[in-house]
Amino acid sequence: MSARSEFLKGFWDENPVFRLMLGLCPTLAVTTNLINGLGMGLATLSVLLGSNIAISLVRDFIPAKIRIPSYIVVIASFVTIIDLSMHAFAPELHGALGIFVPLIVVNCIILGRAEAFASKNSAWLSIVDALGMGLGFTITLALLGGVREILGAGLLLGRPVLPPGFQPSLVMILPPGAFLTLGALMAGMNMINRKLEVMRAARSKEIS
Amino acid sequence: MESTDFSTLITIAIGAIFINNFVLSRFLGICPFVGVSRSVEASMGMGMAVMFVMTLAGIVTYFVNKALVLVGAEFLTTVSFILVIASLVQLVEMVLQKFNPSLYSALGIYLPLITTNCAVMGVALLNIKEGYNIIEVTIFSFSAAVGFAMALIIMAGIRERLDITDVPKAMEGAPIAFIVAALLSLAFMGFSGMKF
Repeated sequence: MSARSEFLKGFWDENPVFRLMLGLCPTLAVTTNLINGLGMGLATLSVLLGSNIAISLVRDFIPAKIRIPSYIVVIASFVTIIDLSMHAFAPELHGALGIFVPLIVVNCIILGRAEAFASKNSAWLSIVDALGMGLGFTITLALLGGVREILGAGLLLGRPVLPPGFQPSLVMILPPGAFLTLGALMAGMNMINRKLEVMRAARSKEIS
Repeated sequence: MESTDFSTLITIAIGAIFINNFVLSRFLGICPFVGVSRSVEASMGMGMAVMFVMTLAGIVTYFVNKALVLVGAEFLTTVSFILVIASLVQLVEMVLQKFNPSLYSALGIYLPLITTNCAVMGVALLNIKEGYNIIEVTIFSFSAAVGFAMALIIMAGIRERLDITDVPKAMEGAPIAFIVAALLSLAFMGFSGMKF
């Protein structure tokens, strides 16, 4: 595996939300607008980066039997750091994300990457993996937040983007809208994937 | 100990079960909601396991938080809560295995999954945020778990039917489950007008 493919896999082939279905709680809960989605994504990215580096550095010293509790402690420490820094430097965002900032600790993406990747690979590859997965997650959250903000409020980044005749439907920024948007985006992604597969199959036929 | 009158407790319970349902309105515990809701039987098992652990975790973390405040180490909340929950799950697993093997064989496979269930951690954090006393904590944690179990069982019932219906190819599996969840959530929003 090259560093390039490790980086790129988080965006599409192993997208944490659409493909692995990990970290769904913050994905649905905080994406009422683009900024919140982006903020949550970046907070998760920072924790993932920190925990991946730390765990890949100490992976040879942790006995296999107590590895999961040790990973959880490492992750929880990074979450506390991010939580306190956000409280200090971005209090508004911290308030908007609420209990979902400390809840990053139970985000399955982070423990999943620690167990599946950082515990077996070098620090350099773990950084690449964390950046790829974290950015894939961030982009997904931003996309979800953007779509919901446009449809639910007719705004993007707080500015009106749609013609005045458009009637925003409030339900899109309420809880049902989150499920609906995620379901629709997932179905869209499946459709594109099926098209891609058909194209790939046709090409390999031509070659043979 | 400060006392709480009965109507407050009822309000907390109804609020946690229906109005702010943990899954459909607060988005806590979505992973098991999507992952385990394939059959009614499995979701009953998961629901029972969550009820058990969540109530215990709510009570234990309440005292842990009291202790942390006492020594002025609130910044350790996240770390200590997750450790308490993880070890509590282990403890419950061992106790059940020893004293009630039949219950263990029914709940056993769901217990390890609960550690990473954000609903349990969420209930612990919400208890602190709302400043509940010990009776309210017990009621809130238990009702939250009841709401979670209810949403899970309803969803499982619908998905068992969905398996035999003709769904567009791209929608199969998770996407249609989310659309169904959206409709359920819309239905539960009807409760939000309730006042006591």
